[in-house]
Amino acid sequence: MDQATFIFDILIPNLGEGFLVTLALIALSAPCGLLVGMGVAAGRVYGTRPLRILAKGYVVFFKGCPLLLLLFILYFGLPSLGLPLGAFLSAVLGFIFCNSAYNSEFIRGAIHSIKEGQFTAAQALGMSRGQVIRYIIMPQAVRKAFPGIMNEFIYLIKFSSLAYMITVIELTGAGKMIATKYFMFTETFFILGLVYLVLVSVTTVAAHFIEKKYRIIAQ
Amino acid sequence: MHTKGDIILRVEGLSKSFGSLQVLRDISFTVRKGETKCFIGPSGTGKSTLLRCINQLTVPDSGRVFLFDQEVTNAGPRINELRQRMGMVFQNFNLFDHLTARKNVEIALLRVKRMEASAAREKAGFELRRVGLEDKADQYPAQLSGGQAQRVSIARALAMDPDVMLFDEPTSALDPELTGEVLEVIKGLARDGMTMLIVTHEMGFALSVADEILFMENGQIAERGTPEELMTNPGFDRTRRFIGRIRDFTRAPGEG
Amino acid sequence: MDTLQVLMEWSPWLLQGTIYTLGLVLLSLALGLAFGLPMALGQVYGSRPARYCIGAYVWFFRGLPVLVLLFLFYFGIFPSLNLDIPVFFIGVVVLGLRGAAYQAEIFRGAIQSIPDGQMLAARSLGMSQWQAIGSVILPQALLIALPGWSNEYPEVLTETSVCYAIGVLELLTRASQIVAETYIAMPIYVSVAILYILLNYAGMQALHGLERRVMVPGFAQVTS
Repeated sequence: MDQATFIFDILIPNLGEGFLVTLALIALSAPCGLLVGMGVAAGRVYGTRPLRILAKGYVVFFKGCPLLLLLFILYFGLPSLGLPLGAFLSAVLGFIFCNSAYNSEFIRGAIHSIKEGQFTAAQALGMSRGQVIRYIIMPQAVRKAFPGIMNEFIYLIKFSSLAYMITVIELTGAGKMIATKYFMFTETFFILGLVYLVLVSVTTVAAHFIEKKYRIIAQ
Repeated sequence: MHTKGDIILRVEGLSKSFGSLQVLRDISFTVRKGETKCFIGPSGTGKSTLLRCINQLTVPDSGRVFLFDQEVTNAGPRINELRQRMGMVFQNFNLFDHLTARKNVEIALLRVKRMEASAAREKAGFELRRVGLEDKADQYPAQLSGGQAQRVSIARALAMDPDVMLFDEPTSALDPELTGEVLEVIKGLARDGMTMLIVTHEMGFALSVADEILFMENGQIAERGTPEELMTNPGFDRTRRFIGRIRDFTRAPGEG
Repeated sequence: MDTLQVLMEWSPWLLQGTIYTLGLVLLSLALGLAFGLPMALGQVYGSRPARYCIGAYVWFFRGLPVLVLLFLFYFGIFPSLNLDIPVFFIGVVVLGLRGAAYQAEIFRGAIQSIPDGQMLAARSLGMSQWQAIGSVILPQALLIALPGWSNEYPEVLTETSVCYAIGVLELLTRASQIVAETYIAMPIYVSVAILYILLNYAGMQALHGLERRVMVPGFAQVTS
């Protein structure tokens, strides 16, 4: 069959489901990755010594361990410890661990760049440490770390494709199956690539727009 | 051999617009060997643009520039050769941040003039001594004060043995205490007979060093004359106010 | 079965995998540098068509997931060109093309962060455009880019593990094969994770050392 027929009548319609799975993976991982990242960053800056060491270990491990290996550990390794999480959950967990580790580094840097006087002033108003971190420091830190966080989000979009390697049939997996069935490899992966490109580009543009609208990097 | 008094630089009908803003209107003048001409005027009257049109870092819309009898405008690839003979000193120094002071002075000698390393080193040392900074030769620009940095950039330009030096507001970016050392160096060059075009805000300095002062406004030369002429008989109203204001400013505290 | 025993037994196998992995990393970084730097120069100083082409290349190779790129080349492009080359080199090609795109962006940012005055000063001394680029712009750009470039190392190291998908015998592939034979998944994978972390650490130390040796006092750095 010719390429146009393949692309428009077969490939694109059948990618729909995979595409939704990819969106689900991202929708679940990204917010959690941000929240956990905030927690880990706070732990590293404001925690007690054991907490700081733990948080640092978390970051060192999940940044240094390749994502695919992490997915293998969760999907192939955990069942042997009696924790069979299943493919989708393993994937989401893996993404959260990885994404949060990188996010925490950006947020940590942002926290350090906030003047100490802010913390002192807030405490002088009677806020507890926890309240200061939650209402004064974190909002500013997240704003400042926004470019880095958006960058990691874009990596997440791309790395979601690795879920296929632990049998989650997301976009890439769906594409590969179709390609194998119809023996149209170059065309399939090219179109697949374009879909990711569009996702990434739309996200990048949206990020610029959000940054401008909320004047996030004000200082 | 060019004798003193020969015309070194000829500027004819220079005009330049940026968008709808005309910055230079039909500027013409000549510069003789050993002369120092100062350009004074409010900001944004195109003085910097004028200097940059002379060495074609900015290309004028119309007009011609001649260095001796060679045309600088429309010089094509020969412009690099011609630029070697015109030294430029910038308001922001523009020292090469990744090189020491000495290497800043040497680099053009090595790459453009293709000098031998030892000759370049000697020449660089000579020029740094001339501006009084031999002991700072191995410092990086970030380690120098503003006045020192500017003096190094003067040495860098001088090392090429230019026929004319172009100074674009050499002290405007400096703290007041540091302008003196730079102005002293420039006065020294004038004494040594260097031909110079200086764009500056320092009226007192201009009065003391210039052979002719040109006052620019709205892209044109509004008034020109020797320091004596301008001081005793400033015809143009604005010039008079400007000079008067500067004169008050340069009067030492305690004087009447 | 004792993990330590297993690891000892399989250590030559893993060592080979480490060499493959490091080989992928070094070749990919080298290719990325060799093509990325000229592309960055092309984007800053080149003609309009050149800028668009390079821009498209960068957009494409940065936007696609590594996995999709690997599949594209392994299943699609190389077979359709009738090229039967070892998977290792397919990995090198893909990672290299990707690396070039990333590095082009890093160097482009560095070059564009250099103040205009530097080029003006160089030209005013009579340097030609290329002399100015070579003597003044590039040295500074390389210094500015170094921290950002160092970050390429851990990224590329992670990307090598994705080459598992096309069967390159790097670390992750070999680890999986050990697991397949011995069935002790968790300990093996965690051990290999630690190995990756160590490789990461060693590489970053080396790069930081390079940074320290090469840095110029007070040099204005761009924070990426």
